[in-house]
Amino acid sequence: MSLAIKNLHAGLPDREILKGLSLEINPGEVHAIMGPNGSGKSTLSKVMAGHEDYAVTAGTVELDGVNLLDLSVDARARAGLFLAFQYPHEIPGVSNANFLRAAKKSRLPEGEEIDAIKFYKEMYARMDALEMDRSFTSRSVNEGFSGGEKKRNEILQLMMLEPKYAVLDETDSGLDIDALKIVARGVNAMRSPDRGFLLITHYQRLLNYIQPDFVHVLMDGKIVHSGGRELALELEAKGYDWLKEEELAAA
Amino acid sequence: MVIENTDISSIAADTTGNFTFPERNKYDSGFGITEQTVDYICDVKGDPDWIREFRKKALKIFQDKPMPTHWATKDLENIKFDEFRYYLSDGQKPKRSWDDVPEDVKKTFDRLGIPEQERKFLAGVEAQYDSEAAYSNIKAAVSEQGVIFVNSTEGLHKHPEIFRKWFGKVIPTGDNKFSALNSAVFSGGSFIYVPPGVKVKHPLQAYFRINSEQFGQFERTLIIADEGSEIMYMEGCTAPKFETATLHSAVVELVAMKGAKIQYVTVQNWSSNVFNLVTKRGIAHEDAVVKWIDCNIGSRLTMKYPGVVMKGKRARGEVISIALANSGQHQDTGAKMVHAADDTTSNVISKSISVGEGRATYRGLVHIPKHLKGCKNNTECDALLINPNSRTDTYPAISVRGNQHATQHEASVSQVSADQIFYLMQRGLSEGEAMSLSVNGFINDLAKEFPMEYSVELKRLIDLEMEGSVG
Repeated sequence: MSLAIKNLHAGLPDREILKGLSLEINPGEVHAIMGPNGSGKSTLSKVMAGHEDYAVTAGTVELDGVNLLDLSVDARARAGLFLAFQYPHEIPGVSNANFLRAAKKSRLPEGEEIDAIKFYKEMYARMDALEMDRSFTSRSVNEGFSGGEKKRNEILQLMMLEPKYAVLDETDSGLDIDALKIVARGVNAMRSPDRGFLLITHYQRLLNYIQPDFVHVLMDGKIVHSGGRELALELEAKGYDWLKEEELAAA
Repeated sequence: MVIENTDISSIAADTTGNFTFPERNKYDSGFGITEQTVDYICDVKGDPDWIREFRKKALKIFQDKPMPTHWATKDLENIKFDEFRYYLSDGQKPKRSWDDVPEDVKKTFDRLGIPEQERKFLAGVEAQYDSEAAYSNIKAAVSEQGVIFVNSTEGLHKHPEIFRKWFGKVIPTGDNKFSALNSAVFSGGSFIYVPPGVKVKHPLQAYFRINSEQFGQFERTLIIADEGSEIMYMEGCTAPKFETATLHSAVVELVAMKGAKIQYVTVQNWSSNVFNLVTKRGIAHEDAVVKWIDCNIGSRLTMKYPGVVMKGKRARGEVISIALANSGQHQDTGAKMVHAADDTTSNVISKSISVGEGRATYRGLVHIPKHLKGCKNNTECDALLINPNSRTDTYPAISVRGNQHATQHEASVSQVSADQIFYLMQRGLSEGEAMSLSVNGFINDLAKEFPMEYSVELKRLIDLEMEGSVG
């Protein structure tokens, strides 16, 4: 039982971006991936989710033994994968409440209905925890939302959908400290022995609030170094150059 | 009952409206349309002489007018007028209660959910089945207020003074080939008169079905709202699928007297072999409002341009329109706003969705002449294309003269972005569900203009149509 990425090679039609990435996330663990620009961080999350722009040329991504790469985008989601987008899309004319209800319903067996009262109770409780105003339920998804509001909306969905493995793609980008704290609170509230997290981030700052168990460095499409949370602090202090030198030395 | 057993075995899936019942018609005018056909209809209905003459004049105009294929689709040439039956009825007068209605007719309307709605929400229901109103019931409250709500035949027989005053005045017989056809063979449809100052609280509603192969429906509706009165009228229709074409050519005339308000709501769901060619127009007098709220899903070809002639100062015309064209369907819809007085305003909001190889066309006429002052028009037409071969066309015809008016026209054509679908799918929705949700989001603002049970029905219809549009 784990989310296991094995030797993943993937990229755009003209360019390979992930060049043999391997990583395993067990339930209950929080992993962080950091890396210089262009290392492939965003590509990783999109490839895992199944974005059609990217082609996988080798490797597997197994969620509890099932290769996600064989499944459609929605089947992967229903298998338990959640992606908190770096740039969440707007859905005009579709209210947040309806969207969440549809997403929840898609995980129920055919013909089963959502209990409306339970649903609203849960949604309001989660929104309160994220300090989201009730008016958000009737607003169109992400339409006119500030950057911080969009990121909080991603975490709201995470909380409502209770995935097995959640990939957070630069969730901290564009957030001020207060928003960051709220988002972190939400994520921490969802930590459990049954759930694994993969945080993709640029800055160490997020990791002060969401303490990872493992930190990895993604460079040139591969994981080149792994460690505990002190690694993040080391990167913050020293940057990535010392790792580049190490990699060159190893080659 | 024998019919009952065979019916059940031939009933297909509920949601598509594609089920039929064996025909049982006492009066059948035969195929094709001639002066004999018109005489036959008048004899059966006991029409007065002035209507017989009116019909015969209309027949001549219909026969003389060419098909308007110089601007409309050539598919019109596939209508074979000789192959239709123009009048069919089981010869029975409108019923007062459901218990009296023939079994198979009742079944049709049971399936469409009329009895429940009648109990809950509506003031009265007129249901048409193969030309004649099969059921008519006006609740005490509405008739106590002096509101007249009957079918068109009863209207012209029992209320000739009001009827004749406006009948054929909003839409003259010669307006187009199909208004002429309707004027020759019309049957059924509603006649409504609302006395001055009466605000009808509950919407009045009518249903009709085409159920005979090669049969056309030509209902004629006339609604007169006297000074300061208000009324909402709702029509929704489904028709079963047949191999040969079916023709629906209705005429709806609305008259809003000074300060009156008429809202006319349609959710149309014709099956994909029906030619739906409708002429709808309202006259708005001083300070009056005529509002058309229209949803067109289904049919092989729909041509419908609800119009308002703003005849009195400060009159207002509105058309809210949603159209969905699937493969093999052409929705050719729009609006006609004719300003004929100062300070009048018109508003047109049209949203269309083209799926598969479907084609949606918008034709909008806005006419403001030079001698008027202070008129305003706002037009918004948005088209959504779902698949690579989906098609949309826009033909605005805006004629504004004079320099004291304000006109605004905005149009957009878009697709549902792949990123939007990806986002929705990543939350667990299938591609079809993601597309449905996106499309419903596109029309959401307009769907809210419909009375609640209609907006539910139209969302369900859109979901049905979207099924199979992706993947």
